[in-house]
Amino acid sequence: MVPLSALILLEHLANGIVVAAYYVMLALGLSIIFGMIGVINLAHGAFFALGAYAALVLKGAIGFAPALVISPILVAVLGMAIEALFLRPLYRGDPLLGLLFTFGLAMVMEQIIRIIWGAAGLPFDAPEALRGAVRMGEFAYSRYRLFMLGGAVASILGLWLFLEKTRFGTIIRAGSRDGEMVRLLGIGLKPVFTAVFGIGIALAAVAGVLTAPLAGVHPAMGTDVGTAAFVVVTIGGLGSFWGSVLAGLLVGEIVSLSILLWPPAAQASMYLLMAVVLLVRPRGLLGERWEKFE
Amino acid sequence: MKGHRTASRGPGISRRKFLRVAGGAAAVGGLGFPTVLRAQQAPIRVGHLTPRTGFLAPLGEYAVMGARLAVDEFNEKGGVLGRKVELITEDSQNPGVAKQKVIKLIEKDKVDVLIGEISSASGLAISEEAQRYKVVYINTGFNTDEARGARCQRYMFHVEGANTMYTKTIGRWLIREKKISRWYFLTADYAFGHDLYRVSSRFLKENGGVNLGNEMIPTNTPDYSGYILKLKAVKPDLVYINLAGVDQTTFLKQYRDAGAPFELAGGVMDTQPFWAAGIDALSGHWQSLWYHELKAQGSPEFTAAFRKRYGKPPENQAWGEYVGTRILLQAIQASKSTKSADLVRYLESGVSFDILKGRRGTFRPWDHQLLQEMYVVKVKDKAKMKDQWDIFEIVEAVPKQNESLELIQPTREENPCTMPAI
Repeated sequence: MVPLSALILLEHLANGIVVAAYYVMLALGLSIIFGMIGVINLAHGAFFALGAYAALVLKGAIGFAPALVISPILVAVLGMAIEALFLRPLYRGDPLLGLLFTFGLAMVMEQIIRIIWGAAGLPFDAPEALRGAVRMGEFAYSRYRLFMLGGAVASILGLWLFLEKTRFGTIIRAGSRDGEMVRLLGIGLKPVFTAVFGIGIALAAVAGVLTAPLAGVHPAMGTDVGTAAFVVVTIGGLGSFWGSVLAGLLVGEIVSLSILLWPPAAQASMYLLMAVVLLVRPRGLLGERWEKFE
Repeated sequence: MKGHRTASRGPGISRRKFLRVAGGAAAVGGLGFPTVLRAQQAPIRVGHLTPRTGFLAPLGEYAVMGARLAVDEFNEKGGVLGRKVELITEDSQNPGVAKQKVIKLIEKDKVDVLIGEISSASGLAISEEAQRYKVVYINTGFNTDEARGARCQRYMFHVEGANTMYTKTIGRWLIREKKISRWYFLTADYAFGHDLYRVSSRFLKENGGVNLGNEMIPTNTPDYSGYILKLKAVKPDLVYINLAGVDQTTFLKQYRDAGAPFELAGGVMDTQPFWAAGIDALSGHWQSLWYHELKAQGSPEFTAAFRKRYGKPPENQAWGEYVGTRILLQAIQASKSTKSADLVRYLESGVSFDILKGRRGTFRPWDHQLLQEMYVVKVKDKAKMKDQWDIFEIVEAVPKQNESLELIQPTREENPCTMPAI
């Protein structure tokens, strides 16, 4: 069996951080949409898949790096159009309507992907420069995964700076906490809702594009994504930025370590973590008391 | 102020509701919708089950295309016994749903025969119902030896190869090339994988190799980096993968980039997951049940007809459905009956079928396995590829022309079956 040593443990901990990057990106998108609009976007995984497919088409024409930027923008524009046309009229009704709508949307989008690109998976290769492994003596690690980690950290920091340092970001944060108050100050929230939906979708699409070279693309690639994102958001605390980051890291590490130490728990470990957190801190690790969620 | 508070909740949803609703939605997500592909009058009905969702769905898609092509070819020639053939395809999803769907096909749609499936877990569930209702069922895609042994059924016949056949096919090549050494296994954690690990680890042991360990991996795992780190620490001579479907693609892609130098082989090879991984992620020798570049009689014609209709070559799963459907319809034609008992007797009679391979195929009466050739294939040099589908060179047929087809089969001792009465 595997000889357990400090080095191997360290390798798995480091790998856990890379795994976490994927969870954090998914969770942040879901979290800001929920925080602002109050809709659990069950189509998150479908936008993740669409981002990957759009990049597959784009990279043939313009290369991987531009596709990594343009695909999420295109998918976000589509997302914003859907928000403005279909989701917006539902805000005044039962909150469940939004949920049902995104549930249906996810199925429709997956079928559309099947119709356009076929049900069988398609190859998606990383660019030549990112293939293979980086070697440091005994230690070898996938070059592409390091790039993916960089991409994820850049997206996360970019989003944080945007929310903290810009006027629009301030409106988003204020609007998430107390939309009524922001409206009373004379700031219309309609365009803010649309923008936030777009940003959340763009994050899902970036995650989709970054994941594609690791596994290729197939229409159901987003199916489990929404569930994982939901688990991370719940652990971190609804609406909490750093909560999602912390929870993503915890999930990445717990998945990575359970593979090393007790593989049968690899899949269940994140759900176990969620159950424990919900028992001890029902609001999630960094979840604050938000009036609108109580 | 109370009114204001209510208003400020705006479009919100409470935390409790969030959890409850999202949980419910996740459960509902498992349901799907049936597809009726063709409807004619007083037809012979073929019930077709295959996964359209989940990690085997990309293979299921080829299954549907293959079955449809076979049925249409029969109908163009005037049907069977003067009746049209109708194909009813259902998404089998998982063992629970598969069981419901097969009962629905038999009781509501009144199908005459059953065909299909890829997942061993679902296949075992289907075969139990087929036996209970006494409807002939041809397995076109699941490999567990158990279905040919301890859980064999009188009404089930196997066009798909058994795990032992896949293992012995590549195994004979591995022995010849002296690659029986220190192996490490990665195995899909469900019926198929468990059975395949049992068979492949037994093969290694019997031939004097060393088993360094096995990792049971949940299906639909998106990330293998942890497992690859682990196997790199073990430093085996060869990594033997007992994975299927999308999992095969994901693993192959991630293995190449992780800088793991160990040779790869595996307990099953389906072409589609290899196509999806892309030529750069592939290496080595693999075993194949059927490959579209096969030059044997009938194969080029099937490939051409399939390409013409669907714009891409058939995958081995499409071959399974195509050949399986033809065998069923030929059996109905030859025995001039759709009665299950007549069909079972005909299929058990040792009659041989054209299965688009170098040698014809016959069902072995005692376990209903189709005796047939398999192939060792080699990943092609990228520069020699004709198109994106052209990923293998056929090295040899196994067993060879002059050898018995029993050579790669599980023996009666390895996999005993007690056939129930008709």
